[in-house]
Amino acid sequence: MSEITLQIDGRKVQAKEGMTILEAAQSVGISIPTLCHHEKLEPYGACRICTVEIEARGRTNLVAACLYPVEQNLVVRTRSEKVDKTRKMLLELLLAHAPDAVALQDLAKEYGADKARFEKESSFCILCGLCVRYCAEVKKKNAIGFVDRGARREVAFIPEIASKECENCKECFPLCPTEALQATFLLTKALMSPSPTCDSE
Amino acid sequence: MPKVNSPAELEKLRKGILSKRDPDKPCIAVCTGTGCLALGADRVVVALKEEIKKHGLEDKVDIKETGCPGFCERGTVVVIYPEEICYLRVQPEDAGEIISQTILAKKVVDRLLYVDPTTGEKAVRESEIPFYKNQMRLIIGNNIKLDPKSIDDYLVLGGYSALAKALSQMPPEQVLEEVKKSNLRGRGGGGFPAGRKWEECRNAPGEARYVIVNADEGDPGAFMDRALLEGNPHSVLEGLIIGAYAIGSHEGYIYVRQEYPLAIENVTFAIKQAEEYGFLGENILGSGFDFTVKMHRGAGAFVSGESSALMTAIEGRVGEPRPKYIHTAVKGVRDRPSCLNNVETWANVPLIINKGADWFAGIGTEGSKGTKIFSLVGKVNNTGLVEVPMGITLRDVIYRVGGGIPGSKKFKAVQTGGPSGGCIPEEQLDMPVDFDELARAGSMMGSGGMIVMDEDTCMVDVARYFLDFLSDESCGKCVPCREGIRQMLKILTNISKGKGKEGDIELLEELAEVTRDASLCALGRTSANPVMSTIHYFRDEYEAHIKEKRCPAYVCKALISYYIDPEKCQACMICLRQCPVGAIVGDKNQIHVIDQEKCTKCGTCFEVCPPRFSAVRRISGEPVPPPVPEEARMIARESKEK
Amino acid sequence: MKEKKVRTADIGDGKIDQIIDKYQGDASALIQVLLEIQRENRWLPKEALEKVSKKLEVPLNQIQHVATFYKAFSLVPRGRHGVQICLGTACHVRGGPRILDRVEEVLGIQAGQTTMDMEFTLDTVNCLGCCALGPVMVVDGKYHGKITPTEAEAVLRKL
Repeated sequence: MSEITLQIDGRKVQAKEGMTILEAAQSVGISIPTLCHHEKLEPYGACRICTVEIEARGRTNLVAACLYPVEQNLVVRTRSEKVDKTRKMLLELLLAHAPDAVALQDLAKEYGADKARFEKESSFCILCGLCVRYCAEVKKKNAIGFVDRGARREVAFIPEIASKECENCKECFPLCPTEALQATFLLTKALMSPSPTCDSE
Repeated sequence: MPKVNSPAELEKLRKGILSKRDPDKPCIAVCTGTGCLALGADRVVVALKEEIKKHGLEDKVDIKETGCPGFCERGTVVVIYPEEICYLRVQPEDAGEIISQTILAKKVVDRLLYVDPTTGEKAVRESEIPFYKNQMRLIIGNNIKLDPKSIDDYLVLGGYSALAKALSQMPPEQVLEEVKKSNLRGRGGGGFPAGRKWEECRNAPGEARYVIVNADEGDPGAFMDRALLEGNPHSVLEGLIIGAYAIGSHEGYIYVRQEYPLAIENVTFAIKQAEEYGFLGENILGSGFDFTVKMHRGAGAFVSGESSALMTAIEGRVGEPRPKYIHTAVKGVRDRPSCLNNVETWANVPLIINKGADWFAGIGTEGSKGTKIFSLVGKVNNTGLVEVPMGITLRDVIYRVGGGIPGSKKFKAVQTGGPSGGCIPEEQLDMPVDFDELARAGSMMGSGGMIVMDEDTCMVDVARYFLDFLSDESCGKCVPCREGIRQMLKILTNISKGKGKEGDIELLEELAEVTRDASLCALGRTSANPVMSTIHYFRDEYEAHIKEKRCPAYVCKALISYYIDPEKCQACMICLRQCPVGAIVGDKNQIHVIDQEKCTKCGTCFEVCPPRFSAVRRISGEPVPPPVPEEARMIARESKEK
Repeated sequence: MKEKKVRTADIGDGKIDQIIDKYQGDASALIQVLLEIQRENRWLPKEALEKVSKKLEVPLNQIQHVATFYKAFSLVPRGRHGVQICLGTACHVRGGPRILDRVEEVLGIQAGQTTMDMEFTLDTVNCLGCCALGPVMVVDGKYHGKITPTEAEAVLRKL
């Protein structure tokens, strides 16, 4: 593993080949906000809150810090006008779904995000995927998964597996930034009783 | 069929096939691509065969069911060889005359010929038709000459000679250099230099590497790849095998969208034939090079045509894009080096090998070499597939090849690059077709969709249409794309419904910027283009919708009304009878009046009112005049003068 | 006691097994397997998905995502006749929405739905690749180009 030197917010940072910008920053105490990231899980790159500005080979770009691999002489800015503008908008888009989510409040204040910018959306799940990925990668039970795509994307439990595994586990619950997970679980439970094998004929 | 074991055997086989074919024997080529099939080409073939049987000509005349030559607007297309007489809009009923007049009496059937819409001139031979004459049909030109299910037809046209040349005369590195020198850029949308991608893939660490044909052509309005795969699948296969050789790959995939059943059928057949002849498999043409290819069907998702998403789908997982900070050429399918190129890109390779990189680089502009097949559709006279050299101006494509705008309507914009592209207005029409020029104008080359729009197209509706498409097709994983498109679509829908407000344009621009900067993949990043380009060139239309609640093109239903001018109405009852919801009140001597409450804005009355009256008017942005009181609606006829 | 009826796939378990076995337990063939079952059975019953999950060793939540992500799959029974109206750009510009309006009127359902008598399922498609012939309607795999609302109605009434 070769040594790589890069620059983050004007500081010279030593990193190892294969590390991401986020890991390199964290190693020297530079914080970059994240929502869908978790140290026990593979980086996902869905929330894009960790977006940072980079300069490489003469070009400036915005990339997701949790996924972008460190490069020799890479220049990284974790805050800038562009970065801040981007994070503010991303937060406003999420606040339309979960305006009162605890995990979003501090970030919203820091970036001046207005929770009323967009009309309230019906679902308060922000699709960070932490529940799905935790159950798949850590518990290896796959009791919950994604459904559909685009604006219709949701998370849904697999009732047969959930009825067996979840009651005694619920390790994913504290990971949910909006408690939409708990609500989904309750709904699934309600739909599953009175009888899971009820057939209309 | 014994395998062809060497280039010499291939030439012998080719000569053998040629010797058994009489170039003067009449051959009726009928296009049976999906387009002409939709217009009844299969029945044309049946009718022709019946006529041939009737005259006892089975041994004297051949019928060939061919691939799509691209002139779909005038289907069913029939070309009669060796004279190359081209008949258009052929119906089964025409079969009799074609056989008795053209085949037997050597006379041309005038009414089936191409007629120039402006000059009225007719063209007999395919090469005389302006639509074809002004193209450079290097890739698609062979489609009408071969039966896609006949590998012999492909061989007769020189097929697999490039492969033989590459395998026997050029080491892999030389093939790679040739493609690099040609400057061939990807034809799927990205325009990335193919040679560079090949090189990166070849040099990437690892044992196994893959080559992939992206046939997931999902851009609405684009069907170039469909025509190539249905019509000349071997040309794509040959290019793929040559590329695999250059890259050092022994396993390939062809990913075809399931919406193209005929392409799937013809490619599957072609693979089988190629395997039989030994162009696929072990020790191809005695070179020691092994290569096999597998077909993979798409399942109905535009986003899965994105290269990293496609590779994820090949792995059997949901086709969501992955970050490409590490190129898929280095880590692709199963994290192995994978070189993905578009159908048309692969089809260019045999040409480059046979005729050389210098020849190829002699066509086109500095930054864009070779030809490009466009799907020229929409409000244009000659719609279909056109293959033109890079560097031709948009104006020439639309007017010289496309024959201009039908119905004396005014050109408004041409949309290129599909949902990832933008709209280009009249002032920019002298722009050369070139990857970088189109990008500079706020659009992109894309896969080749070129949709012509006229004065009856509303640019706000166009942006809304594309955003609606993208919102349906987004994978939904990342926030900027999923949520950004959601909000942009909401705003555009509101604007088109008359609910736009001050600040909407600025908010659209802000959302578009974040979507462009922060999205995970190109679908999200380029979703900004339809919005930004229409705002840039047609801001006045947006403002009319928002400030005046007016749709200048009379498209947005909520903003238009239909009104019958009492001065012009002659109470002919035509519109009254045709109104699908009975919203028109009147009688044969009574001026007709549209009940605005019942009217569904379908536009039928506007279309059917006789041009000499032109009594139906479209109104937008102003109130509809109140109806003339019933007592005053009687028409004073000329015979009963007051 | 009422016997518990287990709903099996319309084409029979044996046929489903046959399709899966063709791909010899290759998990990466998931989408191809589902496409074949969808084509033969015209929809994907839950029991079939559970069978695929077991035999290909792919977790059910992944199959659930694949089956809902792609338009080709249906998790509910479909009508005997499949009707698709193209709403790609070229067809849109040439009046595709008007064809859709008429067909919705004639069949009494909206796009994405199936008629009560299970005869027709109506879908919109984003592009069929016949762009020069817009508007395009496909009924039971047969393509109809340059179609008018009246012609569309006639085609459906003939069935």
